[in-house]
Amino acid sequence: MTADDMPSPASASMRDTPRRRRRTVPVWAWPLGAAAVILVMTLIHSGGQGAGDILAAAVTFSALFVIVGLGQMLVITSGPGNVDLSIPAAISLSGAIAMKVMDGANGMIAVGLLAALAAAMSLGVANYLLIRLLRIPPIIATLSSSLIVQSIAIAYGRGLKIKPPPAFADFCTGRILGVSNLALVAAALTALVLLALSRTLYGRTLLALGQNARAARLAGTPVTRTRLTTSIASATLAGLCGVLLAGFSGGSSLNMGEEYLLASIAVTVIGGTSVAGGRAEPLGIWGAALLLFLIVTMLNTFGLSAGVRLIATGLIIVTVIAIGGGSKRV
Amino acid sequence: MSGDATALRLDDVRKSFGAVRALAGVSLAIARGERLGLVGHNGAGKSTLMHVLAGVLRPDTGTIATEGGAVADYGTAVAGRLGVRCVFQELSLCPNLTVAENVRVPHPSLRGWGWRRRAARLILDRLDTIFAGHGIDPGETVADLALGRRQMVEIARAFTVTDTPLRLVILDEPTSSLDATAAEQLLNFLRHANQHGVATVFISHILPEVLAAAERVVVMREGLVVLDRPARELTRRAIVQSMGAEDEHPGAHGAGAGKVRSGRADRATQPPAVLARSGGGTDLVAKKGDIVGLAGLAGHGQSTMLLRVFDAWGRKDPSTVVESPVALVPGDRQSDGVFPLWSISRNISIRSLATLRRGGLIDPARERTLAATWRERIGIRTPDMDNGILSLSGGNQQKALFARALASDAGIILMDDPMRGVDISTKSEVYRFIRAESERGRTFLWYSTEMEELFHCDRVYVFHENRIVAHLPRAEMTEAAILRASYAEAEEVA
Repeated sequence: MTADDMPSPASASMRDTPRRRRRTVPVWAWPLGAAAVILVMTLIHSGGQGAGDILAAAVTFSALFVIVGLGQMLVITSGPGNVDLSIPAAISLSGAIAMKVMDGANGMIAVGLLAALAAAMSLGVANYLLIRLLRIPPIIATLSSSLIVQSIAIAYGRGLKIKPPPAFADFCTGRILGVSNLALVAAALTALVLLALSRTLYGRTLLALGQNARAARLAGTPVTRTRLTTSIASATLAGLCGVLLAGFSGGSSLNMGEEYLLASIAVTVIGGTSVAGGRAEPLGIWGAALLLFLIVTMLNTFGLSAGVRLIATGLIIVTVIAIGGGSKRV
Repeated sequence: MSGDATALRLDDVRKSFGAVRALAGVSLAIARGERLGLVGHNGAGKSTLMHVLAGVLRPDTGTIATEGGAVADYGTAVAGRLGVRCVFQELSLCPNLTVAENVRVPHPSLRGWGWRRRAARLILDRLDTIFAGHGIDPGETVADLALGRRQMVEIARAFTVTDTPLRLVILDEPTSSLDATAAEQLLNFLRHANQHGVATVFISHILPEVLAAAERVVVMREGLVVLDRPARELTRRAIVQSMGAEDEHPGAHGAGAGKVRSGRADRATQPPAVLARSGGGTDLVAKKGDIVGLAGLAGHGQSTMLLRVFDAWGRKDPSTVVESPVALVPGDRQSDGVFPLWSISRNISIRSLATLRRGGLIDPARERTLAATWRERIGIRTPDMDNGILSLSGGNQQKALFARALASDAGIILMDDPMRGVDISTKSEVYRFIRAESERGRTFLWYSTEMEELFHCDRVYVFHENRIVAHLPRAEMTEAAILRASYAEAEEVA
């Protein structure tokens, strides 16, 4: 005896959304467009000098944010309340393990990389177990595992700074046809995630899970496996970022993951991924990461004071989200 | 009414939800201090009637009157001013507030210094009167109370009086979460509440309670009052009979009734496709190609049974044996079924992705073909299967959920009252489809709250308080038999 046979006002207003979406700009294009505008403004101010350098630096630094952002995006997409706060710990731990195992020797690069990623994967499994078996909310579970892992990293690393093997450092700072290797790695991973989301059982289940976890279970999708995979993927991507970052910056340090925590959430959400889950925008992460880097560059070029820079950053982000997201962002 | 003043009178009240007629012209007068019992099977219109009395729903036509004549604009505010209160089945207390604070909600006059103390005294007085020895502290937060005690507070609060005298209290299944002692206390209290001129409407599926609590019993069926008689002239059996059909010819209803279905004969020797053991009671058994109905009053364990079968596939559980993959068609589309951000096509393919892969990846061409096939077969009315699922009407969304289950590799289809709020034409299309699919060897377990739907089944299990109380093969299926079992009357009548 319900009245739900009649389309509700909400459904009526969404009636032709898919058709409209095809005609308008996709969600992920907005941050990318904003980044381009910011770049142009910077170049106008500098009289067109250093365009190549600015862009190259932006792409290189964004690459690392994109790698962690992809993982965070998968976690956030799995539904409301899901977030991975152990990303900094995974970065620090993997960086430390990789540098110590590689120990500056070119021959040990593969072993070091595998050891670091294995450690990150176990962190992902541990997060999953805390959340699912002990029923601890994801925020608390990943925060506490982060604290534990951070201490392990401190005990393990114990203040020594080991340089990366020369070949690995060369790879991390190198370029192919003018594009940094890090950016190529990030681009390959982005393509992989895009493919996984639209064309694999894992991706579809993740998107279904984020929209309605109960319906996903009743539709017979592998919900448990998908949650576990997501947890591992996020930790592994963060671990990879840690190894690359250590190679890029000449060794690991214990607090090198710190800035990636909030950044991973920021690039995900600015990029158009729904905080409520169920909609992921991997390409948006690129736009958002470039945007964040270029804003800082532009404001530095303008020579503004620190306070004004922060205020301007906040305003620009709000503007981009307000214009780009519009009513589609729920 | 023998000279008594009228507490509330309904004249030819009608109410429809879309195509569903919930109240088809109900006239009912409740006298001051009268104790009225209201019964009826699932979907008979009881709760709609109650919501109209409480002012929550406005009738489409018809009038509501008091002794002073028709009341214009009868809504919750007017009902409150007239002294009409409601004890809802889904408890209406605020869980984050204390018992005393909850009393303040319907009593705006409790204000100023010490209102909490006065509210506490008020509710404590009622609790003591109705549920002596209740052990509830008015300072306690409602969320910390056990369900039974919450229900006690809910009931006691309905009988608290500040500035408006009480006229009518409606109780919807008030004893469902009370223990036997508290239920007895409530029935005792109700027998005496009328001394103060307060009328009560007591809605329950537990017929002995209704006969004990009410002086007059009203039976509803298909939105109409079909019986209105003093309780002392009635028996449980008479009530159950009035709820159901006069027609006592087994299997006379429904499509395909009486038709000999292919493969029927050898079905008896087949191993069951579903077997749910009950440990002492009746086991649920379904053979390949069976359409098995799960009947009974809503919420008596039918959905739980479906979930049990759903979870049993692929597990070694000796108490529930399932021989083939399962798929579920949910009835509550919003909470159990639809993925609102997705297209119709994606909503259908989600259950079959494993079979749509080519080289490990989902093949978009195969996915499109699947969607196009099912749009054709089950008749989903849309210009484009890539449109959002929410662009469809409720009935077509439900068809998409049927398509999701039927397109899958599942040999067993579980249906959790899937026709709720679906229009007639969609229903008959789907009924035909279910029959055709069962002939291809699919097994259906079909929980339905609609009596006529059960007659599309080969046989029916009737649930009562989470147990199977009756198994009715086609030859014994009558509305009366199902109703008797629903009210656990089977043993006495048989």
